[in-house]
Amino acid sequence: MTDFLQLVFSGVATGSIYALAALGFTLLWQASGTINFAQGEFVMLPAFCMLAFMAAGAPLWLAFFATCAVAVLVLGWAFKRGIADPLLRHGLMPVVVATIGLAIAARNGVRAGYSAEAHPFPSLFGDQLFNIAGVTITLADMGTLVLALALVLGTQAFLNKTVTGRAMQAVAQNTESATVLGINVPRMVFYTFAINALLATAAALLVTPTYLAKFDIGEGLGNKAFFAAIIGGFNNSRGALLGGVIVGVCENLAAAYISPAYKDAVALVLFMAVILFKPQGLLGKKIERKV
Amino acid sequence: MNRIHKTLLATACALTLATPAWAQIKLSGLYELSGAGATAGTNFKNGVELAVKEINAAGGILGKKLEHTAADTQSNPGVAKGLTVKAVDDGAFAIFGPVFSGSIMVSMAESRKAEVPNFVGGEAAAITKQGNPYVFRTSFTQDTAMPKVARYIAGGLKAKTVAVLFVNNDFGKGGRDAITKALADVGVKVVADISTDSGQVDFSAPVLKAKQSNADALFVYTNEEESARALRELRKQGYNKPIVGETTLTGQKVIELAGDAANGATAHVGLTIDAPNPLMLKFKANFYRAYNYFSDHNGIKGYTGVYILKAAIEKAGKLDKKAVAAALHGLNVKAAKEPGVIFDLSMDANGDLDRESFMVEVKGGKQEVREVLPALNAKK
Amino acid sequence: MQRKHLIATLAILALLIAVPPLLKNYGVYLFSTWVIFVIATMGLNLTIGYAGQKSLGHAAFFGIGAYTVAILLKAGFSFWLGLPLAMVGCFGIGLALGFPALRVQTIYLAFATLGFNTAVWLVMRNEEWLTGGTFGINGITRPSFFGLELTGALPYYYFVLGVALLMGAFLWKLLTSPWGKAFTALRDNPIRAESLGVNIQAYTLLSFAIGAVYAGVAGALFASLVEFIEPAPFTVGASIMMYLMVVVGGAGYFFGPLLGAAVGVLLPEWLRFAQAWYLFVFGSAVVLLMLWLPDGLLSIPDRIKAKRLSREASAARAAAAAKVQA
Repeated sequence: MTDFLQLVFSGVATGSIYALAALGFTLLWQASGTINFAQGEFVMLPAFCMLAFMAAGAPLWLAFFATCAVAVLVLGWAFKRGIADPLLRHGLMPVVVATIGLAIAARNGVRAGYSAEAHPFPSLFGDQLFNIAGVTITLADMGTLVLALALVLGTQAFLNKTVTGRAMQAVAQNTESATVLGINVPRMVFYTFAINALLATAAALLVTPTYLAKFDIGEGLGNKAFFAAIIGGFNNSRGALLGGVIVGVCENLAAAYISPAYKDAVALVLFMAVILFKPQGLLGKKIERKV
Repeated sequence: MNRIHKTLLATACALTLATPAWAQIKLSGLYELSGAGATAGTNFKNGVELAVKEINAAGGILGKKLEHTAADTQSNPGVAKGLTVKAVDDGAFAIFGPVFSGSIMVSMAESRKAEVPNFVGGEAAAITKQGNPYVFRTSFTQDTAMPKVARYIAGGLKAKTVAVLFVNNDFGKGGRDAITKALADVGVKVVADISTDSGQVDFSAPVLKAKQSNADALFVYTNEEESARALRELRKQGYNKPIVGETTLTGQKVIELAGDAANGATAHVGLTIDAPNPLMLKFKANFYRAYNYFSDHNGIKGYTGVYILKAAIEKAGKLDKKAVAAALHGLNVKAAKEPGVIFDLSMDANGDLDRESFMVEVKGGKQEVREVLPALNAKK
Repeated sequence: MQRKHLIATLAILALLIAVPPLLKNYGVYLFSTWVIFVIATMGLNLTIGYAGQKSLGHAAFFGIGAYTVAILLKAGFSFWLGLPLAMVGCFGIGLALGFPALRVQTIYLAFATLGFNTAVWLVMRNEEWLTGGTFGINGITRPSFFGLELTGALPYYYFVLGVALLMGAFLWKLLTSPWGKAFTALRDNPIRAESLGVNIQAYTLLSFAIGAVYAGVAGALFASLVEFIEPAPFTVGASIMMYLMVVVGGAGYFFGPLLGAAVGVLLPEWLRFAQAWYLFVFGSAVVLLMLWLPDGLLSIPDRIKAKRLSREASAARAAAAAKVQA
């Protein structure tokens, strides 16, 4: 029983990491219809940015805030103005391919420009171990879970309870009506991109101690984030957290009880089941199809 | 568009100016510089380039300088095959790389067809079992290394049962097959066969399985980052049985990434940057000075490989590919005569290497050599 | 076909036939790889360009074709049995993949196909008894064509080119027939198409199935070209690359795949002189290309025409305005 709990707990910790990447992805899609195939790289780049700041002598907290500012500028504003805005009016395909190209460029730019090696990354939390009912948990596991939960709930609260947040939701649901109502649509969309950039930076801070800073961590993380987003519900923020946790836990249970070689298949089967029977995701609301 | 044009033009000019016009011995390098093998390939390449620089500074081989080009195989065997064909087209005297066994199996067919000596960094046993007279290793084959590990597990640890944790790619599976056979030969039973993925982050399930198997010892055979994560998870779940590995487990990078969790792990290592050998220490310092980080075993492979070629060319006495390949079979090189090979070695008729190796243990964040295992055919 | 299109086609054909004998082995190998990817992306172009579906799992069919041929050749059967079997297999599996497309749209479909690709790749990697697992299958032989041995680089290239021309001709016939119009109707406005009597379900399934067959044929040729296969070229990353090739070339344009595959296969080669940065330059080039030409490279003639028409229209307006003022 303790073994089972151990696996579940580790899975929840890993899953909360996927959830953070999934959350930004979901928000971008909702607010602007952008499918960002470079989402994984959006987490990888701030990690290296923080490493660079720290190599220049800054302490972790300063590097984090500086990177947040850089991320909002580059991954938020520049990404929106440079790629999303010009291409969205041409349909989905150009944006998808442009973000694919961006992912390739980012990955290989870091590899050529910084290093092909993995670098350690300082953790926010110490290395203490806790033993609860026979299950070993690290402080980092708990801390990551708590912070991820806080970020998700915080984003949800922001979107539901503040005027700006509700304006962003309005833009996501019906851009024309929002414009008619006097909402500054471009600015709301920019806020979405900025929030994605901030969430990705936060994810980098929490994830990289375990994942280690390497140019190719974006690929695997991005893939898991996409699946988590869809399983949880593509139009619901809490769905991203649920989706991430489900993916993390199922992987562990599958690896231990079914077959380690096919553990990725479990997330897939779940994913296909959700797509076929509940396409809006486990927590999502049904979207009407326009004719 | 203008920006790209300028960058391309500038890069092209810089590269044409960098190629020396008098270079005569062409070494074509096929390295994994992107994809799954990027770390291994980059290190191997850096080792080769350091050796080339040193040899050219000392006057070259038979009075001719070495010219080295590197190409990225993208860790893709199809690309590796194509690049081998290209290297042959370009008139390579010898080909260095690839490092990943999958790419090697494909490219060595081409180098064999063209009769060009091919120094590879792979460890899969199958490489030297194809009857290819032009392939030469720069490290042990898993078939040589694993029996040494098995002997340590049976004799040194007195273990009767072992759990094997390996990465599910050709490197890990080849190692798993080799260790299982070697353990069977010394009467030790493998009670758990745990596969993990390349790039796997969460090791709670594999570690749990290792614990549940109640084996006397655990053999871990994964790539660098995964080894670090596995060690941390083992420490976290309080695993208290001996942890043994081969080459990768106690690598410098793994120690750096795993921190305290690496302490106590032991491994059989063919090439370690921390060997108590003055020539190795010299290489370690030179590599660090050139590239600003410590080499891993792949860097040593690349470096010594070039010097093995040098020894063979000097033995053959002429720049003839067939003659050099023949000279390589049965070659014995003493480090005293050719310091670049660092350890005495001999190359057999299949292209397999034999030299001394080490059992190391990680203590206080450093590799400590516990035992030096002599070469199988040591001539004293 | 219009006259200038005919001339362009003949010119490209002449290039494809006459250039390779002038190249060394590596150049011929590259051209063969290029033509193989043209075949694969022709199929994907049908699925996503003409029929407007979303498919990020094309590399899976590429792999199924390759492994089918490889396994059969290793078991002693002929390439000429393996190829049709690969085609039939891919057709069937492609039909099966089309079913989710009937239920889900756009991004969900894209990820469903991505999931399919991952599942197929997992089977390729894990089932060692069948596929050789990560060790792959080595020593795949080249076929012989009516007694002619195709082991040389150049003969095999012409064989691949011949297959490509055959499949291209078939696709051309398909697209200019009423079937082709049904596919484009499916892309532009499926509900209106259905109301006009076009069987949406059938055409959706067919677009996947036929696209899959093309990938399967390409895979079979690929296996014999490299003479070794393993799971790595058939990952999701490869599917994404193929998608990129189709869109960059011009989705929905017949010759899009020719250009797109050139960008995907030949461009990284030309960029090799950039050393460690070549993939970075490639990725950036793709982004810039999309910004400049969101509809792909082949949309250049259309854009020039559109610019010319809009210039003529505004000139006409100015002339009319001047007349009114006068």
